[in-house]
Amino acid sequence: MKHIVKILTLVMAITALWVGLLQTSMIPCSHTWLLPIYFVVSLGCYGLLMVGVGLMNFPTCPQEALLLQKDIVEAKEYLKQKGVDVSSS
Amino acid sequence: MDGRHQKQKNKYSIIVPTYNERLNIGLIVYLIFKHLGDADFEIIIVDDGSPDGTQDVVKQLQQVYGEDRILLRARPRKLGLGTAYIHGMKHASGNFVVIMDADLSHHPKYLPNFIRKQSETGADIVTGTRYVKGGGVHGWNLMRKLTSRGANVLAQTLLWPGVSDLTGSFRLYRKSVLEDIISCCVSKGYVFQMEMIVRASRKGYHIEEVPITFVDRVFGSSKLGGSEIVEYLKGLAYLLVTT
Repeated sequence: MKHIVKILTLVMAITALWVGLLQTSMIPCSHTWLLPIYFVVSLGCYGLLMVGVGLMNFPTCPQEALLLQKDIVEAKEYLKQKGVDVSSS
Repeated sequence: MDGRHQKQKNKYSIIVPTYNERLNIGLIVYLIFKHLGDADFEIIIVDDGSPDGTQDVVKQLQQVYGEDRILLRARPRKLGLGTAYIHGMKHASGNFVVIMDADLSHHPKYLPNFIRKQSETGADIVTGTRYVKGGGVHGWNLMRKLTSRGANVLAQTLLWPGVSDLTGSFRLYRKSVLEDIISCCVSKGYVFQMEMIVRASRKGYHIEEVPITFVDRVFGSSKLGGSEIVEYLKGLAYLLVTT
């Protein structure tokens, strides 16, 4: 089943729920009409929250760069004595 | 199926696409041999006609390590990453394929972790992820992190792929799985990597993750601009509709 079909099904279900609310007038009409806007804004806020949380939790590893430089020096030494050209141009 | 009654010896074909990686290719080969000493593996270097002498260095490396372990499969010019993998895979004799970059942003010291994870779980794909505990990046400024996080959140929300790092290109595949997936991927650039893992997930392949660190390019430069973002969004829309 295509993923887009799942999403469209979900959207249709939400739309049906919204139309149902409009028909039954369980909530004041003005609020019901604004529900889609509330939904989209909430989705946007959720996205921004996820980006913010992800940004704060972004794992960094400065020590890895140092280890990599050590590996590079080691590799260059070995390759140089084996006759491989590792000169910087 | 392999491994049912006797442990079949696995062979790993490591495909390294290169373009102007003369300074890095020797380092990456040395580190692969250092960290995979006891495994049965070959390195397939797919060079796209580098003008900087990358192929000359590869030939010197063949003298040091052996022409049966380092295969040079050159192409006349830049033909794209997806076809580089296909080209490399045609010459792969291993039953597992590892795809990694040549610029040292993927450190070969994680290869034993990939192999161990695959062996323990029987996974079809083991993908390196930078976004979990034990993983990480170095050398990225705030804008780069923000762009990366935004892109990842967007992809996760729309595609629900089941893996945490969609654009990473450091992965181990079962060869048959890679052949199956790559035959239906058409994207380019890092959208290609995203398409690969999303299609694998949709087809129900078993995917496992291993934390890796990503140290930004040691030699050479990287590019990221507005057109990259547009291409990414197009790729995302394409994947949303077709998978």
